[in-house]
Amino acid sequence: MSPAAAVSLAAAPHGFLSPTGVEIAFLLVGLATFGAALITVTTRQLVHAALWLVVALGGLAVEYLLLTAEFIAWVQVLIYVGSVVVLLLFGLMLTKAPIGRSPDADSGNRWVALAVAAAAAVALVWVVVDAFRTTWIDLTGPAAGTTRVTGESLFRHWVLPFEALSVLLLAALVGAIVLSRKAKAESGPPPVNSRAVTESSPSVTDSGSDSGIHPGEKEGVR
Amino acid sequence: MNGTLDVALRLLVVFVVFLTFPLIVGQTEHKVMAHMQGRLGPMYAGGFHGWAQLVADGVKFAQKEDVVPAGADRRVFQLAPAVALLPYLLVLLAIPIGPSEGAVGQVVDAGVFFVLAVMGVGVLGSLMAGWASANKFSLLGGLRTAAQLLAYELPMLLAAASVAMAAGTVSLPGILHAFHWWWVPWQIVGALVFFVAGLAELQRPPFDMPVADSEIIFGAYTEYTGLRFALFLLAEYAGIVVLCGLTTVLFLGGWHGPWGAAGLGWLWTLLKTAILAFVVIWLRVTYPRLREDQLQKLSWTLLVPLSLAQIALTGIVKVVIS
Repeated sequence: MSPAAAVSLAAAPHGFLSPTGVEIAFLLVGLATFGAALITVTTRQLVHAALWLVVALGGLAVEYLLLTAEFIAWVQVLIYVGSVVVLLLFGLMLTKAPIGRSPDADSGNRWVALAVAAAAAVALVWVVVDAFRTTWIDLTGPAAGTTRVTGESLFRHWVLPFEALSVLLLAALVGAIVLSRKAKAESGPPPVNSRAVTESSPSVTDSGSDSGIHPGEKEGVR
Repeated sequence: MNGTLDVALRLLVVFVVFLTFPLIVGQTEHKVMAHMQGRLGPMYAGGFHGWAQLVADGVKFAQKEDVVPAGADRRVFQLAPAVALLPYLLVLLAIPIGPSEGAVGQVVDAGVFFVLAVMGVGVLGSLMAGWASANKFSLLGGLRTAAQLLAYELPMLLAAASVAMAAGTVSLPGILHAFHWWWVPWQIVGALVFFVAGLAELQRPPFDMPVADSEIIFGAYTEYTGLRFALFLLAEYAGIVVLCGLTTVLFLGGWHGPWGAAGLGWLWTLLKTAILAFVVIWLRVTYPRLREDQLQKLSWTLLVPLSLAQIALTGIVKVVIS
C-alpha cells in the first residue's frame, strides 16, 4: 500500500554520511524525546512523570513539524498535551499526588515491562523500516504534510479506517455514559448536600424513568 | 540578510504587542470597573487619571520577596508561571491583523489548530502551580482548573471547526480572505460559544471558580508572590488579548469593515478586539460567579449542543450555496 501523496520517492540517492541540518535536528529532538520518555517511566515522582510525558509528547510534535506534517503536529499537541495530560493530572490530583518520591511507585514488574517495551519497539521499528525502506520525504519542495494533503489522503485513501475508528470511539463514549449512569442508580438517594434545587431536574427524572433504570430513582426531586 | 531582518522585526513587533497590550487591557479594567461601580479607580500615579498605576504595580511586584514554600516542589513551582505565560506569546505570532502579507507574525498553515493547541498548553501552568504549591487550596484550584478546561475545550474546538468548515481552510489569514459580511449572522451562535468557552478557559469571571478568591484564596496562585504572581496576572491579561483577537479573526471578520479595508484594516482588527476586551471587563463587573456544578452544566448541556447545532447549520448552508 502506498502511503498516499504525502511521501514521495525522491530521485536523488540519499546517504547517511552527510546529514542535513534538519536531519541533525530530527536526531537531537528524537534523543531528547527518548530521554524524557525514559524518565517518565522510571521516575518515582508521580506528577513529575506526567510532566515529563508532556516533554516527550511535545518532542514528538516537534518531530512531526520537522517532517513538515504541521497539521498532525498541532493535533498532537491539542489532543495529547492539552487534553490527555490534563486528564492525567486531574486524576493524579484526585489521589492527592504527594510531593516528593512515592516509594510504592514501583510495580515490581520492571523487567517484564522492559521486555514488553523492547518487543513492542522492535516490532514497530521493523514494520516502519520495512514499509518505508527507500522512501524519503522531500523537504525542499512544497510541504508534503500540509493540512490539505493530509485531509485529502485521509478522506480519499483512508476513509474506511477513519469511519471505523469513529464508530469505535462512539461506542466507547456510549459505554462510558452507560457505566456512569448505572453507578448513579445503584448508589441510592443523592447525598443531602447535593444541589438538588437547580434547574432542569424534571427532565433528568423523566429521562431516568423512561430508560427504566430504577423505579425508585428520584434524582433531584425534593 | 533581508529575510533575517524581516523575521527579527516581526518577532520584535509581536513581543512589544505582547508586553504592552495586556497592560493596556489591565489599566482599562481598572478604570472601567471603577466607573461601573461608581468610583474613580487609580487617580494619582503618573498624574493624568492614574495612567502609570500598572507601572507602579509592576515595580511593587518586582520589589517583593520571591517566596517558595518549604514543602513545595521547587522546580515545578518556579517553572509554572513561564508555562502559563509563554503560550500566549506564541499564539500572538499567528494572529493576523491586516490583509497584507506583512501583517502577521508568522503564517501558520494549520493556524486554528495551532492557536487552540498552544492555548491549551497554557493551562498546564495553572495545574503545575496548583500541585507544586503543597497547599490544599492550591490543589483545589488546580483540580477545578483541570475540570473546567476539560469541559470547555470541546465546545471551543467545535465552534472554531465550524468557521474552518465555512471557510474551507484552517489557516487564519485564509479564513479572513474567505470572509463575507453575512458570516457574522451565520456563525453568531458559534461566536458566542467560542467567546464564552474562551472566557472559561481563561478563568475570567463569571467562570473564575478555580481562582475564587473569597473561598479558595486565588486557587493555584495562593502561594505565589512577587514577579511570579505578576506573571500569572500578565498571563490572564495576555489571554484576554489573545481570546478577543481570535474571536475577531474567526467570527467578526478581522480587518474587514464597512470602509477603509485596504489601508486601515489593522485598525478594524484592533477596534473589534478592544470592544471585545471591554465586554470581557463588563462581564466581570456584571455577573456573579458560577458555582462549579453550574459551570459544568453550562458547558455540557448548553454549549456543546449549541456548537454541534452550529456545525450542522454550517454544513447545511455550505452544501446549499456550493
